[in-house]
Amino acid sequence: MIEAVGLTKRYGSTVAVDDLSFAVPAGQVTGFLGPNGAGKSTTMRLILGLDAPTSGSVTVNGRPYTAYRRPLLEVGALLEAKAMHGGRSAYNHLRCLALSNGIGRARVDQVLDLVGLRAVAGKRSGGFSLGMGQRLGIAAALLGDPRVLMLDEPVNGLDPEGVVWIRTLLKSLAAQGRTVFLSSHLMSEMALTADRLIIIGRGRLIAETTVEAFLATGSGNFVRVRSPQAAALATRLEARGVTVVCHGDDTLHVTGATTDDVGALATANGLTVQELSTQQVSLEQRYLELTGDSVDFRPAADARVPASN
Amino acid sequence: MAATTATPPRPYAALAGVTDVLRSEFCKLRSVRSTWWTLIFAVASNIVLAALAAIFLPAHLSAQQKDTLDSIRVSLAGLHLSQIAFGALGVLFITSEYGTGMIRATLAAVPRRRLMLGAKTIVFAATALIVGTLGCLAAYFVFQVSLSSDTLRTSIGDPGVLRAVTGGGLYLTVLGLLGLGLGAVLRSSAGAIAALFGLLFVPTILADILPRAWQNTIGPYLPMNAGDAIYSLHRATGSLGAWSGFGIFCLYAASALGIGFLLITRRDA
Repeated sequence: MIEAVGLTKRYGSTVAVDDLSFAVPAGQVTGFLGPNGAGKSTTMRLILGLDAPTSGSVTVNGRPYTAYRRPLLEVGALLEAKAMHGGRSAYNHLRCLALSNGIGRARVDQVLDLVGLRAVAGKRSGGFSLGMGQRLGIAAALLGDPRVLMLDEPVNGLDPEGVVWIRTLLKSLAAQGRTVFLSSHLMSEMALTADRLIIIGRGRLIAETTVEAFLATGSGNFVRVRSPQAAALATRLEARGVTVVCHGDDTLHVTGATTDDVGALATANGLTVQELSTQQVSLEQRYLELTGDSVDFRPAADARVPASN
Repeated sequence: MAATTATPPRPYAALAGVTDVLRSEFCKLRSVRSTWWTLIFAVASNIVLAALAAIFLPAHLSAQQKDTLDSIRVSLAGLHLSQIAFGALGVLFITSEYGTGMIRATLAAVPRRRLMLGAKTIVFAATALIVGTLGCLAAYFVFQVSLSSDTLRTSIGDPGVLRAVTGGGLYLTVLGLLGLGLGAVLRSSAGAIAALFGLLFVPTILADILPRAWQNTIGPYLPMNAGDAIYSLHRATGSLGAWSGFGIFCLYAASALGIGFLLITRRDA
């Protein structure tokens, strides 16, 4: 559980994080979304106590991160891909971090196996590819077998196999009851991995919701119907106060009715239906719809939607 | 604490945490090659320059020079090179963390920043003291063995000799700590190395253009002049005594480290 209350960070006159309050519950994967420069990385640094907030506070499992004597046992974090000394071997990088929190050698070997870096454990990390560096960062995050995992852009630089691997790993960690908090600008990735979403723009909270609820509230959702008697069906739907847009001779886009409603109405009137489907906007479209204002660095107050969860 | 720790639970005594952080910092120091190369370079230059001085210098000396020359300083001629190695090592021990981004992993693992910097200071000081002292003792004995005549010969049991030879190790250690302190304050490798050697060499050069009276007043307190008293067998005219000079030299390092300790909890990483 990560809880932020009124978190604010100013760098000079720039407001990086602006009165941000949110909660990341245990046992779920929570996605942290926002355009570049929205304040995602700053928020994560504030959670880890690397940067001090200008005002507000954030706790991890009820305590400030810096209050933990052995924080790696509580929180595992992947910040930038290369928070490591390139001249040190992968094994020694992990060993040095493990020692500081009283974690034994056996666990270092375990996490190296877990991320698939055992074969290159003795090689200096400076020669690693972006993907290998990312795996080493994830190994470091897993060192203390922590209850909370926080990852900044974890799939960045991973090959497709690696992306599937991290997705499966994060889901299994969340299924074990752990808190998983990951940032990404890849909406499609979030759709596959996350249960909940926290969306920020220009340092402010835009939405805190579940993936399902987030998509359902999209303005572009409609029911697509294909029927040889499209005109007759349209007339009957409109009679019920439903908005219908005709596309060609046989296709209707219906807003304000479910597929159940349309199907029942067609059956009751003896009309043939060849296709009946819900067309949902993608997470990507919905995200752009919401953050459009904040990307342009215009005041984003009107883009705020109430948190539905 | 977490129910899912990877290791058996350990007692939560404050000291246990300190030992862990010390071990972690020592692991960092020994697990990069540059540490080994730097220390090998330092010890090698101590020994090689001592041998060269012992073999070639006596033939060039006048009778008067032979009487006034500080033979320990001659045998520690390698300090001119090894001090650069120790200074750079002290600086890089902290600035390489900032340069590579490792500092974020370090501070996420050890949020008690002063504990981390304290452990770094202790680990560096212990390593530098051992290697520096052994390097100076080795230089001294190589010098004695290689001497082509008896004029500059001393015994390690002669008054002041052991103090001056081991003083070379103390000088290198404190110089490295000054580098570590400047590194903690400036957080940039290039900036801190420039500041360190600027602080050591520039005031001594500038002092030469000052009026004589000023030179005599402030000269002995300049970092390098104060620092070199501890590895001199004889007290040079107008300079501080071995231990008072060394005390002043320590003050420079302590000031830099003090500012480092003060700032490390106040700045964002």
